Amino acid sequence: MATITKQDLVDRISDQLSCRKLDTRKIMQRFLEEITEELAKRNRLEFREFGVFEIKYRAPRKARNPQTGDTVDVPAREVVLFKPGRKLKELAERTVSKNGRHENGSTSLTG
Amino acid sequence: MTKADLVERIANSTGLTKKDTAMAVDHLIKAVKDALREGRHIEIRGFGTFKVKQRKSRTARNPRTGEPVQLPPRKVAVFKVSKELKDRISENGLSGS
Repeated sequence: MATITKQDLVDRISDQLSCRKLDTRKIMQRFLEEITEELAKRNRLEFREFGVFEIKYRAPRKARNPQTGDTVDVPAREVVLFKPGRKLKELAERTVSKNGRHENGSTSLTG
Repeated sequence: MTKADLVERIANSTGLTKKDTAMAVDHLIKAVKDALREGRHIEIRGFGTFKVKQRKSRTARNPRTGEPVQLPPRKVAVFKVSKELKDRISENGLSGS
């Protein structure tokens, strides 16, 4: 149960705000759709302290099938990229891993 | 495109006030951050998944001097794009061609 879904987010936000769940859901839905539409138009979206979503071009390249060694042509494509912002980077470093242990640093809680 | 632009558009299309919309959007971003901090994955169907991933320590090079530098293991926030979003982007074709 480590995964949080859209519904969980809606619940959490509605609890924090005195907002009706229906409105929260509507806003979230619109929010995601707007981001998708903007990305489809190749626009970059910046959320201060959180991160940036943008589309990056990937040049065509020749790759190899690792099993057979055959050369495969990979066509040019565009990918969605998320670049975490400063605050999010710091937050990630402080995250407790799934087994409840800090993997770096000396604050190991094993026992 | 910034958060303020987005809020304006969302408010326009939902008919809710800009103030409420801004607050909901701020809380949404905060909720994602909080969940990441708890070490959880956030899966948003049709959009993508946010999670924190462990990166192993590795030897990198200072590009200027060519000197090897040992980088410690670290954790990074990553976003994995859903298939639906990928498809939406590729439907629109390459902008450069």
